[in-house]
Amino acid sequence: MSFELLATLAKTGLWMALLLQVTPIMVWVERRGSAMIQDRLGPNRVGPLGLFQALADAVKFMCKEDITPAEADKFLHRLAPLLALVPALTTFVVIPFGPDVTAFGRQVPLVVAGAETGVLLLLALASLGVYSLVMAGYSSNNKYSLLGAIRASAQMISYELALTLAVVAVLLPVGSFELSEVVRYQQGQFLGWIPKWNALPQFVGFLVFVVAAFAETNRLPFDLPEAESELVAGYHTEYSSMKFALFFMGEYMGMATLSCLAATLYLGGWHLPFLSYSGPWWWVAAQGMGVLVGKATLFLLFFVWVRWTFPRFRFDQLMRLGWKVLLPLAVLNLIAVAALTVGGVL
Amino acid sequence: MPQDHYPVLLALGLALALGVVMLMLSALMSRRMGGRVSLDTYESGEPLLDRSHKRISVLFFLIAIDFVVFDVEAAFLYPWALVIREGGWPLFWAMMVFVGLILVGFAYIWKKGGLDLRPERQKRSLRG
Repeated sequence: MSFELLATLAKTGLWMALLLQVTPIMVWVERRGSAMIQDRLGPNRVGPLGLFQALADAVKFMCKEDITPAEADKFLHRLAPLLALVPALTTFVVIPFGPDVTAFGRQVPLVVAGAETGVLLLLALASLGVYSLVMAGYSSNNKYSLLGAIRASAQMISYELALTLAVVAVLLPVGSFELSEVVRYQQGQFLGWIPKWNALPQFVGFLVFVVAAFAETNRLPFDLPEAESELVAGYHTEYSSMKFALFFMGEYMGMATLSCLAATLYLGGWHLPFLSYSGPWWWVAAQGMGVLVGKATLFLLFFVWVRWTFPRFRFDQLMRLGWKVLLPLAVLNLIAVAALTVGGVL
Repeated sequence: MPQDHYPVLLALGLALALGVVMLMLSALMSRRMGGRVSLDTYESGEPLLDRSHKRISVLFFLIAIDFVVFDVEAAFLYPWALVIREGGWPLFWAMMVFVGLILVGFAYIWKKGGLDLRPERQKRSLRG
């Protein structure tokens, strides 16, 4: 085995290990957080502070009877949960978590795939998620599932536009699709002490990105695809056991990767202005990953906070917000950033 | 370069394997109760009220078409973003013409009610 392959395997393993932890931890944070916000206790019986509740849930998911409805399209019904997991567990590949380091006498970039197509690849992988929802809704042969799937796809493609345009605006001053370049561009300070993060000059784009991220991950206030009060559970009504769990994991991992992406595009990624990033390679990697995870955690907590604070939108309001507010805002932001870039300000 | 993308294939393969392993574990561990009723389509415990694959509002089709139009625009913006520094103002204005044309179309759809998902207003504006 070559050194590159080993390094890639190690980096992929690190990311996947982290991402697999996201779901149990976030489920715990979500349930305890919602309990705190609603002034109740939440799960507190299994382990200290209810920390092992997620483990118990996982075991239960494994042992539950797995039902494929008699009316369902068997093949698509089984394929859909896998397709929900795979893109969510793959989009991390282009997100850098540190500078190039020298390990065992070789140069190793701290990103799994340092491809020039970076952001394009990420958007392509992320938008694969919609297929699993449509497939799940269609194959279940249940009207709730189908309605959830249609809503999900309409919502995701609508907000993908605003999201894409916001991302283009970030790439304009950088002039590269590589996220490592985006992070490098954000190093340095305004006025000597304000970090030169994109969130400041492009706060409109940042706002558009965050709102669109909520819609892309089907989170409240935009969780119309699984609006419990009208659609039972939306596209995964007919799923049980581990297949349901895979949808669940896909959703939380999607949130986590979008949070990492938001941190990378707008908050300087793995870089923190006053850290030196010197020392042995593993220390540099740990610092970079720590900072990135820290910033992404802020976003994840924000996701939870918003979910338990705002009520759900109505579907036509959701579409109106996407098309008539976010899209024009994203276009204006793009034009402004382009003018500032050509004018030499950014 | 193609070799930059092998890690993506590797990650895809690993993720797929992980998913398959989890599903197989669950298949091995789960209990099978069986029974015809549990395989029925879900309808809150009632007998099934109507068919699932019925007609879908045409409004969703409109949204899909809108998406295709504007996503093409976004796809053109990406290569432009790479070279705008070298291109300077001429390149900026060239793209503004394109964006302007798209925005005219956007205004037209907006005025016609193509972005409105509320059925009554949609019908009225499409008729008028």
